[in-house]
Amino acid sequence: MAESKEIEVQEAEKQELAESGAERTRAQRAFVPRVDIYETNEAIAVIADMPGVDAGSVDITLEQNVLTINGYVNEKRPEGYTLAYAEYRTGDFVRSFTLSNQIDQDRIEAGVKDGVLRLHLPKIKPTSKKIAVSGS
Amino acid sequence: MLSNPFSVRSSFREMERLRREMNDLFETLDRGPRMSLATTYPAMNVWTNPDGAVVTAELPGVNPDDLEISVQGDTLTLRGARNPEPLNEGEAFHRRERGSGKFQRAFQLPFAVDASKVEASYELGVLSITLPRAESDKPKKIQVTSA
Repeated sequence: MAESKEIEVQEAEKQELAESGAERTRAQRAFVPRVDIYETNEAIAVIADMPGVDAGSVDITLEQNVLTINGYVNEKRPEGYTLAYAEYRTGDFVRSFTLSNQIDQDRIEAGVKDGVLRLHLPKIKPTSKKIAVSGS
Repeated sequence: MLSNPFSVRSSFREMERLRREMNDLFETLDRGPRMSLATTYPAMNVWTNPDGAVVTAELPGVNPDDLEISVQGDTLTLRGARNPEPLNEGEAFHRRERGSGKFQRAFQLPFAVDASKVEASYELGVLSITLPRAESDKPKKIQVTSA
């Protein structure tokens, strides 16, 4: 893929979360953040675009093997101005993933910078166990 | 020799022509809006008051140093780029939804802007540009004097 390629059209539009499974109780719209996911030998990295989210307003849970990202956005409205023209809407970000690998929950690292969430999910190293066979 | 219009061969030819025409039609329909949309990154919201406007855009993961904002008359131009995620040897993307590359957008405001007073801030991946209306562009209130 050429690096200088124009950002794709769909990028301009945020995908709104379809109501499925658990319903939301916050009176906010919810969007599905765009993500990049890649895997290394030791870990899985998840990078999500969540503009308006900071370290204090993001919730990450890992239950069984379902990873859920929640980003709460409190839109900063310019004071003394009224919205005259809108091309995008704001709201929370929600997305869940099912992980196929065993993740070492204690070593998960997460960081948010410039509205981008970065998750580092280390895999559990497969340990070979020697099973003693007792013969009588 | 004139071909018989009812021959099997000519009706196939006719169908082929129709098929091509339909394809062309759908292609232009397809291409039209996409091209006009391609220039609309990033999406912008415009907030106004009598003294000016604030333009906001969601640009997560962009280095503010890579953003170039210029104002001329009533037109705001925004240029920038977002770098793709660097991968090491042996790593592969499972998903790649975040776009990267260069973008450029010009936006026309309903008034002339005082370019010397334009301010921009970038916070939590949201760009916000304050564009004060030029004094010369503001409506003048005319006092009516009674003789």
